[in-house]
Amino acid sequence: MLSAETKREISQANRRRYEELRAAGQEATPNSLPDATALDAKPITPEALISREEVPADWYATVRLRRGEALRIIDTSGRSSVSMIGWRDEDTSERINCADTVKVQWSAALSKGRVILSDMGRVFVSVVEDTSGAHDLMVGGSTPASTLAAFGAALRNTHENFLAAAAKVGLGLRDIPPCVTFFAPVSVDAKGCFVWNAGRKRPGDFVDLRAEMNVVLVLSNCAHPLDPARPSVTGTVTLIRHRVPRAAPDDHCRTISPEIIGAFEFTDRLYA
Amino acid sequence: MTSLAMASAEDRSSAIYTHDIPAERPWSRILRRGQTLRIVDSEGQQAVDALLYCVDDPAERYSAQDTLRVQGSAYIELGTRLVSNKGRVMARITADSCGRHDTSAGCCSCESNAVRFGEPTKYQHACRENFILELSKHGLTKRDIVANLNFFMNVPIDPSGNFTVVDGISAPGNYVDITADMDVIFVISNCPQVNNPCNGFDPTPIRVMIWDPAAV
Repeated sequence: MLSAETKREISQANRRRYEELRAAGQEATPNSLPDATALDAKPITPEALISREEVPADWYATVRLRRGEALRIIDTSGRSSVSMIGWRDEDTSERINCADTVKVQWSAALSKGRVILSDMGRVFVSVVEDTSGAHDLMVGGSTPASTLAAFGAALRNTHENFLAAAAKVGLGLRDIPPCVTFFAPVSVDAKGCFVWNAGRKRPGDFVDLRAEMNVVLVLSNCAHPLDPARPSVTGTVTLIRHRVPRAAPDDHCRTISPEIIGAFEFTDRLYA
Repeated sequence: MTSLAMASAEDRSSAIYTHDIPAERPWSRILRRGQTLRIVDSEGQQAVDALLYCVDDPAERYSAQDTLRVQGSAYIELGTRLVSNKGRVMARITADSCGRHDTSAGCCSCESNAVRFGEPTKYQHACRENFILELSKHGLTKRDIVANLNFFMNVPIDPSGNFTVVDGISAPGNYVDITADMDVIFVISNCPQVNNPCNGFDPTPIRVMIWDPAAV
């Protein structure tokens, strides 16, 4: 048994470490995040292109990425939102984890230089390019109930898209984790209410997600439940699978914070 | 808010079930439709991680994102309806003497602790270990662990997105009541985390009590 004095010293040391990590995570890290990608800044060369797919409004696509490949998601019309879940190819019990993504990075705001974590303390994908920086990790995608409430009819929705996509890779309802939604400018106001910041959407916005493990991604192109447009004005989105360099030792995402340096090390061990 | 003094004096005798969950330990029980579960933060500042599964079909389970979407706001509080991944109300918060609960921060795991606090903390007990063991009693696995409720856990989210686990505001004896709208498997991990303020850096026991509908 530890003495009361020793226990107090340990808890004080743990509190100090926590405060140091918080200060680093909420003061130093945001200052070193890269600027958003310019809309015309990063064309994909023909040599890097692997495949391209246009996903109509309200539909979904399943994309497998090998480690070292990336997916560009383009909101061509500026009116779409793209909800995403994903699993590790070799062990689908490992999957994206929005809560850890937010908690470990001390922020519910996803942008260039950030990562999306799996539930195993590893980096699932890195956000290597991002023109938008307005994404949602908290509210999730549309459902039969949310479309009924918003449009007066149970329309195609993200929940059922995820179910259909999961079934086609041998998974089901139990395997659908909370999702991230790109191009969904959601924030939390001072009273705790969710706010939709419509001014943060532009035609041509894109993100590039670099796979840090072999992943199966499902992307659903349905209006976000907080999108106020009635009826939905969601447009086609473009998905471009392409080759990118592996995360170098000085890679921006890899080195963004002490926590993420560790998460990359744990991910590298999987493939060492 | 219900008066704490009145509730604890009168209701103890009418509860059909009372159990103290030791610090760092898991617990689960079937909560029948209409029954009310009270979770008491016996010594204060103790986070209680919780998951709910539909008894008839455990693939239907608590969904943090459905709950927040329906509510339109980010925190769990008196009146919050706990919504399943099929959009149905599983239970609701019917009393709350604390006022602040989270459902966005998830549970601690050995693996996320290693990332957040250094590799040696990978070998400390964590909520996900508790959930895995407790869920195994119901035929469920790690695959079934979704984003959970964190009762008595204080996680303010500011408009810029800053997301911080800060000191809990629950005082000794504060409680939250959850009344079931369907038969649910209610699973708890009494959080063992010692690396952040969610348990005041010192995990402590909690009490659970259950009432039948007629008694509430």
